[in-house]
Amino acid sequence: METSNFEIVAREDFSDVTYLLEVRHPLMAKAAKPGQFVIVMLNEHGERIPLTIADFDQKKGTITLVIQAVGKTTKQMQQECRVGTRLYGMVGPMGIPSPVSHAKKVVCVGGGLGVAPIFPQARGFKEAGAYVIAILGFRNKDLVFWEDKFRACCDELILCTNDGSAGMKGMITDGIKVALAGHSDIDEVVAIGPPVMMKACADATRAAKIKTMVSVNPIMVDGTGMCGGCRVKVGDQVKFACVDGPDFDGHLVDFDDLMLRLSRYTKVEKEAHERWSESCRMTKQVGPSALDALGLSKKGRAAQSELLELPDPFEDAPGG
Amino acid sequence: MAKKKTIRSIPQERTPMREQDPQTRAKNFEEVACGYSLEDAARESERCLMCPDEPCISGCPVGIDIPGFIQKINEKNFRGAYDILTDTNLLPSICGRVCPQENQCEGVCTVGDSLEAVAIGRLERFVGDTAIKEGWVNIPYIEPNRFKVGIVGSGPAGMACAADMAKAGCDVTVYEAFHQPGGVLKYGIPDFRLPNEVIDAEINNLKKFGVKFECNTLVGRLFTIEQMIDEMGFNAVFVGVGAGYPTMLNIPGDSLNGVLSANEMLTRCNLMRGRDFPNFDTPQPIGKRVAVVGAGNTAMDATRVSLRLGSEKVYCVYRRSRTEAPARAEEVHHAEQEGVEFHWLTAPVAVLDDGKGNVRGMRCVRMELGEPDDSGRRRPVPVAGSEFDFEADLIIYAIGTNANPIMGQTSKLKLNKWGYIGADDKLATSVAGVFAGGDIVTGAATVIEAMGAGRRAARSMKAYLGIRDAGLPYIGGDGAGTLFGIDTRERNFARVRVA
Repeated sequence: METSNFEIVAREDFSDVTYLLEVRHPLMAKAAKPGQFVIVMLNEHGERIPLTIADFDQKKGTITLVIQAVGKTTKQMQQECRVGTRLYGMVGPMGIPSPVSHAKKVVCVGGGLGVAPIFPQARGFKEAGAYVIAILGFRNKDLVFWEDKFRACCDELILCTNDGSAGMKGMITDGIKVALAGHSDIDEVVAIGPPVMMKACADATRAAKIKTMVSVNPIMVDGTGMCGGCRVKVGDQVKFACVDGPDFDGHLVDFDDLMLRLSRYTKVEKEAHERWSESCRMTKQVGPSALDALGLSKKGRAAQSELLELPDPFEDAPGG
Repeated sequence: MAKKKTIRSIPQERTPMREQDPQTRAKNFEEVACGYSLEDAARESERCLMCPDEPCISGCPVGIDIPGFIQKINEKNFRGAYDILTDTNLLPSICGRVCPQENQCEGVCTVGDSLEAVAIGRLERFVGDTAIKEGWVNIPYIEPNRFKVGIVGSGPAGMACAADMAKAGCDVTVYEAFHQPGGVLKYGIPDFRLPNEVIDAEINNLKKFGVKFECNTLVGRLFTIEQMIDEMGFNAVFVGVGAGYPTMLNIPGDSLNGVLSANEMLTRCNLMRGRDFPNFDTPQPIGKRVAVVGAGNTAMDATRVSLRLGSEKVYCVYRRSRTEAPARAEEVHHAEQEGVEFHWLTAPVAVLDDGKGNVRGMRCVRMELGEPDDSGRRRPVPVAGSEFDFEADLIIYAIGTNANPIMGQTSKLKLNKWGYIGADDKLATSVAGVFAGGDIVTGAATVIEAMGAGRRAARSMKAYLGIRDAGLPYIGGDGAGTLFGIDTRERNFARVRVA
């Protein structure tokens, strides 16, 4: 059996906040299915963060993660995860794979951090013979990524940006309206993104009674059904996203409850983040070369300090 | 030959174990009980009558030769005591600390009929700790065979099973989903009861036996049990994944921020070192006023961890009375000493909201004990009109766990109606070559029971593989006389030798 040491074999920066890591793990690449996630630990002192698998390549034996630098850990990963370095741990694939149904016409919606993980689903549906319409939402054209990848596997692509700098101007929900207007025979909508966006999607399809699956991303510790931190209300039941999900019927998920529970550690996380960025600034004063050695451009650094004022990561996601 | 001991000739009082002062220890994560000194151990060993019927051995789930090792302590032959202990129990330092001895060996001790029972657990711990300090490892002569054995879960059941299979000569790999091995010993039981160094020492011993540990591996999802047998070349697999799917109360307010399972709270603190936040990245919820629901060992751990994290007030709320509390008596006593406030016969009705989605308190109702229920304990019945509210900003549920669903989702293993893995009295599951034991078969139980199950499964696995060793009586002709359709006598071929 091939064991992995979680080596990072490729990295791509889509924007100042979004980056892609390809981690070598042949066994996981073989096992992964659309909709599953991993839990990553950056170092021995790190926290366990759940990340949806954005892609997997059995031939190369790699798992692709697309990450938004929004908190302490994801920003530290942005600084430290270079090709050739290693993660301390990565476990998965976790969760029940998304059922790629026999739907004939499917809309795959991805917003913000959900654009990457919706890709394997779109590809899965296409391979199952469905007519796939992808709707992708970004804040502006600088943040757009993987447009070509989606075009290659989807029959239609609706690109939405908040400022109209690429594709149509508007929220993801406007994109859904366009899709619904153009097609009366949509069997299923799959939406991944920030909770506010998924909530808006579920609301947009509720009247037409179109089956809408969402992939929730609550706070987790172990990811194996042991801590119960990731519990979500689905209809009148309480489910654990890590082992009962992460996909649930969007019309039944209590998004307000989900968003409230996501804010549990906001205060302490902000403190940890401030402390960490403070120590980074000090490094910068002591010796800027240290950061250059990490490969951070001047532009990158400037953008990062702006980011410190970023409020809740989910607030400025499209569709919200 | 020494004069025969009688109940009157032995030291009457049980030798006390030095403990950290309650006020001091409630603020640190150092071990509460400091262990026996050499003199303490020698004195306590005097108290064993060496009675001929040895009830303690049958009281021990793994059948340790208790009078045997106590005799060696008495002779000041500690290495000898360690050798006897490790014949049956490879993890004496762990068991000496976490076994509920009062319900097991000490509960049936002859001395205990008239005086306090011999402190078997403390003596066991003394021997185990001495071995760690001295660096003793008992590596038996292992004759390798051609069998590959996979163990799923590195908790107490998996560790015990791994040890026995490695001793029998198998190539053993233990898979663990977390980034560190140890299972509930690491994530659940806090340092002041069972220090991480002790667990690591015992795990290192297993490594010296040739046991391999693979962390970050979620069996079922990364590969399935069936794949282990069919593709990965494992001749037998033991599943000991535990039952840690926490139960919530299902009362109004369950999902408010500030309500969490004891599992989450303890995992953050113990394994993820949330108590050292922000030096470690995992945040730790810390309440000013904490209410822990339940009165098992996990509940006691949660209350005492809360105190150490700096909570001002810690309540323990339990719907039955102290007599029915499932926790070890010593744990309840320790918690009480440290300042935990117990509310017996009190059941939560609702968690109260502060209007912003956070916990502000809990509504409870007083209970009284009625007729005995199925478990033989008197059933608590609410007292009408006795509802009352109290303030709390963190509520921890320690009310038990259910079966983890991953094995059921990903394998053909037959489950029972509660979702636990179905296993026969030899701990064989419905899939040939796959055995299971511990909490995932019985539901939440104790560390030593899980270890006992791991060892029983190992015995069955050896029989299944046709490995015969001294400890294995010839199994055959047990009624049916067949194992998976093959005559058992036929499968018990002579031990396979590797050239």
